[in-house]
Amino acid sequence: MIPAQNPAAAAAPVLRAAPRRRLRNPALRRFCRHRLAVFGACAVTLLTLLCIAAPPLLPYSDTFIDIRARFTPPGGSSAHLLGTDQLGRDMLSRLLMAGRISLAVGFSAMLISMVIGVCVGLVAGYYRGVLGTVLMRFVDAMLCFPSIFLLLAVSAFIEPSVSSIILLIACTSWMEVARIVEGQIRALRERDFTLAAHAIGAGDARIMFRELLPNAVAPIVVAATLNVAHAILAESYISFLGYGIQPPTPSWGNMLDNAQTYLESAPWLAILPGAMIALAVTSFNFIGDGLRDALDPRMEGR
Amino acid sequence: MFPAPSDEVLSVRNLSIGFRTPGGILPAVQDVSFSVRRGETLALVGESGSGKSITSLGILRLTPPAPFCQVRGEVILRTPDGRAHDLLALPEPEMRSLRGDAMAMVFQEPMTSLNPVHTIGEQIAEAVRFHRGLGKRAALGRAAELLELVGIPNPHRRLSNYPHQLSGGMRQRAMIAMALSCEPSLLIADEPTTALDVTIQAQILELLQELQQKTRMAVIFITHNLGVVAEIADRVMVMYAGRVVEQAPVVPLFKAPRMPYTQGLLRSVPRLDWAGRRGEKLAAIPGNVPDALAPPSGCAFAPRCEHHRPGLCDAAVPPLEASGADHDVRCVRWSELLPEAAA
Amino acid sequence: MSALLEVRDLQRWFPVKGGILSGTRDHVKAVDGVSFDVRRGEVLSLVGESGSGKSTIGRTVLRLDTPTGGRIRFDGHDITDLTRAGMRPLRPRMQLVFQDPYASLNPRHTVEQIIAAPLEIHGARMNAAERRRRVEEALALVGLLPQHASRYPHEFSGGQRQRVGIARALITRPDFLIADEPVSALDVSIQAQVVNLLLELREQLGLTILFIAHDLAVVGHISDRIAVLYLGRLVELAETRSLFTRPRHPYTEALLSAAPIPDPTLKRQRIVLQGDIPSPLNPPSGCSFRTRCRYALPACSASRPPLREVAPGHFKACIRDDLVLAADAA
Repeated sequence: MIPAQNPAAAAAPVLRAAPRRRLRNPALRRFCRHRLAVFGACAVTLLTLLCIAAPPLLPYSDTFIDIRARFTPPGGSSAHLLGTDQLGRDMLSRLLMAGRISLAVGFSAMLISMVIGVCVGLVAGYYRGVLGTVLMRFVDAMLCFPSIFLLLAVSAFIEPSVSSIILLIACTSWMEVARIVEGQIRALRERDFTLAAHAIGAGDARIMFRELLPNAVAPIVVAATLNVAHAILAESYISFLGYGIQPPTPSWGNMLDNAQTYLESAPWLAILPGAMIALAVTSFNFIGDGLRDALDPRMEGR
Repeated sequence: MFPAPSDEVLSVRNLSIGFRTPGGILPAVQDVSFSVRRGETLALVGESGSGKSITSLGILRLTPPAPFCQVRGEVILRTPDGRAHDLLALPEPEMRSLRGDAMAMVFQEPMTSLNPVHTIGEQIAEAVRFHRGLGKRAALGRAAELLELVGIPNPHRRLSNYPHQLSGGMRQRAMIAMALSCEPSLLIADEPTTALDVTIQAQILELLQELQQKTRMAVIFITHNLGVVAEIADRVMVMYAGRVVEQAPVVPLFKAPRMPYTQGLLRSVPRLDWAGRRGEKLAAIPGNVPDALAPPSGCAFAPRCEHHRPGLCDAAVPPLEASGADHDVRCVRWSELLPEAAA
Repeated sequence: MSALLEVRDLQRWFPVKGGILSGTRDHVKAVDGVSFDVRRGEVLSLVGESGSGKSTIGRTVLRLDTPTGGRIRFDGHDITDLTRAGMRPLRPRMQLVFQDPYASLNPRHTVEQIIAAPLEIHGARMNAAERRRRVEEALALVGLLPQHASRYPHEFSGGQRQRVGIARALITRPDFLIADEPVSALDVSIQAQVVNLLLELREQLGLTILFIAHDLAVVGHISDRIAVLYLGRLVELAETRSLFTRPRHPYTEALLSAAPIPDPTLKRQRIVLQGDIPSPLNPPSGCSFRTRCRYALPACSASRPPLREVAPGHFKACIRDDLVLAADAA
């Protein structure tokens, strides 16, 4: 090893060597130290489980209209725990069913945008040259476009459905990922181990996916979490503006839209889905922050 | 041969430096004591993890702040005005005024220690103005003088150059000029030639020796290159795993090393004057440098030592014994291992 | 002895763009007309300071980089214009050991994955047990233990990592190895271990090695012949002993003189070269060393001195045959 010349460099090797002995997974330990991230992780897990498992167990389905119980406030009836809406539909049931849609949109849009972003970034970062430049300028051009207007403009033209909304959101949120991956790959491909792979005759695909990509996992995972939050928010925007998920299928966004008329008479119609959106989005953001610290070994000892 | 103690510029007593890590306290430097006299060059030799660089940072108090790093011991710096400063007890502002003034440091990689957005002239003048209170014009004039002193051609033109416009050797010269700006009584050079080419290394070594003769400053030269040590050092201190293992004037150390580690190190270096021995194996030291968090019990070098005797060497950390005039060695078996004793 | 590798007039110029508007392009002449042979079974060293083009030669010879001129022949095949696919069948025979054992191993792969990668790529059809056996064999060859296979690079010290790098290079049983400064990033006591290992492996496997280094002392220990490079050109090429005892180029003389010898009683007349290595963007006319040479004549700037044989097997590129240079290391 080259003898170190500054305190940070001198201390680094020993710091790196140290943690394994005490706790198996230093990344997990760093994540657990981040209280908000742990809260976020718990909230997201709980929310997801509830949305998946709870609706069939509730006394009312989300589409059942209990006409005599319209506008029941939360806690106003033992049958409707979180009250009912203007048609007398059970709010809890609707919130959870909406959660299914919103979370599904969030996760699916994230997956698609990650695939696009990672591929574009990988190719652009690895090949550079004309191909890389063209791809990255395209990314820049896409980023220049205010994505919310793009979303609204396009969704006004096409038949809104869950899958089209997912595709739309994915198509407007992969650019950041592409940028992150491109930067990582460009730095990594200058490292000696890439040259070593060339020297043993490895092909491009092997170098990209086996050698380079595993080293860029940390920022990709962080970007993915933040992307879910972004997608949930984006779905809420467009549904709120009426171009998104169409009633009677509930989503947190169109529930909010629906609630506008009754803002004064029945505020819980707005507050409840609003709170769900806030909870989900902030939770994902906290997880993202936590992961960023957890996956960065330099945060050790802080 | 043995000047009066008043000649001592720096004296370090029982310096220990530990870093706090998740795996426990990591003892980077343990119980290091030495002194440097005026006009003397002390070479600190060791491999990575030996604590040689941390020792120098500890002297300058440039180690990380307290909870992460604990520094104990005593470091006394005597300035030319006859005052003695207890460096580890000084308040930070006073320490800052000593750094770069009475003692200065030159690093391995001049590119990272020079600020890329300021010109060479500004950076040297800044140091002079801070410590000497000169005006801007006067400080720049002094900077030009210094650049000339370190052998940079066209010093006045170079003042307006940025670090990246200089070659590696020139940058190291500029770093030395900056270090010398206030005529320090102690210069700490941490691997100053490691990043340089051999022909440039020769230039810098020559320059340092020349400057030392002119200014009579004390130099602590940190390096892992034994060839460089032989060339410039008056006295040598060999460190291994955070401890001093041998300390002697340069000739006895190279001609009659007493610590098996020093012996091994000297044998393992390929030498230019051995051209005829091509293909012959080098006498390598087996094994690796020990893990600082789990050091071997007793002598840290024992697991790699050919003279290792179980039960003796791993019983306790051997003391640093005086084995002759100004020749200290940390080995319980040194007297048995003397060539005369073995014969 | 026949040549395994023949390099003729190798040239690698890197284009440098001029101003934004001026279309003119300059070139960094990293390697500028270098010719040499590596004989079967020998260790040839390329020695030079930074900017001498030694690493570029290593990479170009392995066709990890494309030369801008000259020819490279490996075992009789002209590989100068081969594509990546065309090179693939030859890759198992020519391997590279890197300088930096920290950067050259993928931190996300286990040692087994790293060492076995060449086997997978070259389509050696083998089951997991056979693969494991080959990996263990390679580990044993470089002095590591079988249980090291499942560990990650960060769990090793610098010297052990370099052994992993060597094991990766050896698993395809190559006959030609390029070692690019394989010991300069290692601690002194570890350097000797790795030098010894390379010497042993060469003996055991009959390897031909192109050893790239800046440290003449290490080079002198390991090589049969040494080629000295300065600013992308070969200035002297000779057998090790001949070069050390009777250097014939002033640059070699200065290099020998500048290398510190660990002996404080040795009083030498140091030849300290003045000035810096000129920029390879704009090298001096004629002999590129003349700006720092103490023997330079006006005639040195006239034309580039060719590499000629001045004694059996001893080549130099210098017009002055009247010099008797200090054989510092004798």
